[in-house]
Amino acid sequence: MRKIRTLFYCIGQGIRSIWKNRVYSLASAGTITACLLLLGVFYFVIANFNYAVESAESLVGITVFFEEGTTEEQILETKEKIRMRAEVADVVYISAAEAWENYKAESLNEELSATFGSDNPLEDSASLEVSLSDVSMQKILVRHVESMEYVRKVNHSESIAESFDGIKTLLWIISISLIAILVAVAVFLIRTTISTGINVRREEISIMSIIGATDFFIRAPFVVEGAIIGILGSVLPIGILYLVYGEVIRTLKEQFDSVFTAMNFIDRTKIMQQFIPLALIFSLGIGIIASHITAKRQIRKIELQH
Amino acid sequence: MAADFDINREMSKIEAPVISFEHVSKEYQKGIAAIEDINIRIYKGEFVFIVGSSGSGKSTLIRLMLKEILPSKGKVFVAGREIGRLRKYQVSKYRRSIGVVFQDFRLLKDRNVFDNVAFAQRVVEAPERLIKRQVPKMLSLVGLMDKRKSFPNELSGGQQQRVALARALVNNPVILLADEPTGNLDPKNSWEIMKLLEDINKRGTTVVVVTHNQEIVDSMQKRVITLRNGRVISDEEKGRYRYAKN
Ligand SMILES: Nc1ncnc2c1ncn2[C@@H]1O[C@H](COP(=O)(O)OP(=O)(O)O)[C@@H](O)[C@H]1O
Ligand SMILES: [Mg+2]
Repeated sequence: MRKIRTLFYCIGQGIRSIWKNRVYSLASAGTITACLLLLGVFYFVIANFNYAVESAESLVGITVFFEEGTTEEQILETKEKIRMRAEVADVVYISAAEAWENYKAESLNEELSATFGSDNPLEDSASLEVSLSDVSMQKILVRHVESMEYVRKVNHSESIAESFDGIKTLLWIISISLIAILVAVAVFLIRTTISTGINVRREEISIMSIIGATDFFIRAPFVVEGAIIGILGSVLPIGILYLVYGEVIRTLKEQFDSVFTAMNFIDRTKIMQQFIPLALIFSLGIGIIASHITAKRQIRKIELQH
Repeated sequence: MAADFDINREMSKIEAPVISFEHVSKEYQKGIAAIEDINIRIYKGEFVFIVGSSGSGKSTLIRLMLKEILPSKGKVFVAGREIGRLRKYQVSKYRRSIGVVFQDFRLLKDRNVFDNVAFAQRVVEAPERLIKRQVPKMLSLVGLMDKRKSFPNELSGGQQQRVALARALVNNPVILLADEPTGNLDPKNSWEIMKLLEDINKRGTTVVVVTHNQEIVDSMQKRVITLRNGRVISDEEKGRYRYAKN
């Protein structure tokens, strides 16, 4: 009961303080908004990159094709040799007929596949699909398999994952530096806001202290103020990103669906479920920590004066 | 001047003092003592004037009692506890049992009389029920019930000091400290405040008043402690204001 009343008191005081100090409060909340918008954009891009890479990686593996005229027996022999290697998880033999069926099912519509009749244009396309237990060994495995007898060609999709990695690192570096700058600005503005609020109320604070208010009680309204600034700063970016993300993935899908069949994005609800807690922790964290530190320092100063 | 033999007063001294300074010195700056080797004992129910010229160390004594500052040497005891050793969280509890008023009233200008008094209870998280009961009681005691909705700037100095007094008393303090409470008041208002302090003392609160008001000190016949240059130069029952010769 008492705790609840104190909580309401502190929230009331915090709101009062924000209102009295609205220009600084708005500036602080605005900086947090900018931080979160940036953070959000980068988060969404990177999360989708990861998603794409993950779905690609689940397909990654190497495919081994054989020279014309290689018999099924020879292929199966090779299959056993590859399977013996430590980094190999599994090897699947795909006969030419299966390859053709798969291709028809995945990439051609019925009309188109009908035109081929019973011909198999992939006559010599029997292959081994090798999946790895250790993706980092892929290069070595590829080199080894390429040197094996009967092997004509080894396909691998490593390059996709590698270029993704480069872009991801770059994106992280850019976003982390931008966010670090914005966080510094936000912290500075919150500290100014809280300091100003404390200065306006220094008389009140010194009276409170002499009357016997606890440090916690004196400080709480300012920490609440910081927390509210944080929450205010996170409302707009969450809303904007929610709306914009939906639009963007819809447009991208409409524009490019014909080009890439496998253009997949993280579902809006799912990505917001990840982003909202992140955004709130981020903004509340900045608001509370910055205001707490400032309040503690400034109030100590006031208590030592007069 | 020999004091009368007052058996009640002498009996009370058998108990431990409420406030006790033992060899207390305070140097705000190294080597410059604001007060030096102060030894004072104040007993339960006493009314004590502390007088002395400006800069003699009176406010320093008040601030030491509140633990706003710490002694450079010596110890201050309140109710037998050395307050220098109280932890931070104990200090706020401790201050709730002490009422203070200042020369400049220190009221909150953006709140009315009722809320100024209630403020002292709100900051110690008193239940609203108690606030509704205590605040009017205190406002009646200082004669300001009809001004409860007024703001400080609508009141005279004397009225403002009475609000401050109501605020100091609302949490039922054991000790009341007043640092030049009549310093900004005319003689009539000064007398009213002093009479109030005397009433409060008669109800059992130990009262310590720092003042420059010679007329009042001389006629009230209370214990008077005189400071000069940070030292106690006299401490008399039913004393008089001594001219501080520097
Ligand atoms: N915060 C402070 N810093 C430095 N010196 C101080 C401080 N407060 C008081 N003093 C000095 O201590 C001495 C006593 O001051 P004070 O106790 O305020 O005297 P009084 O209340 O009797 O006028 C004075 O010389 C004053 O200048
Ligand atoms: Mg003084």
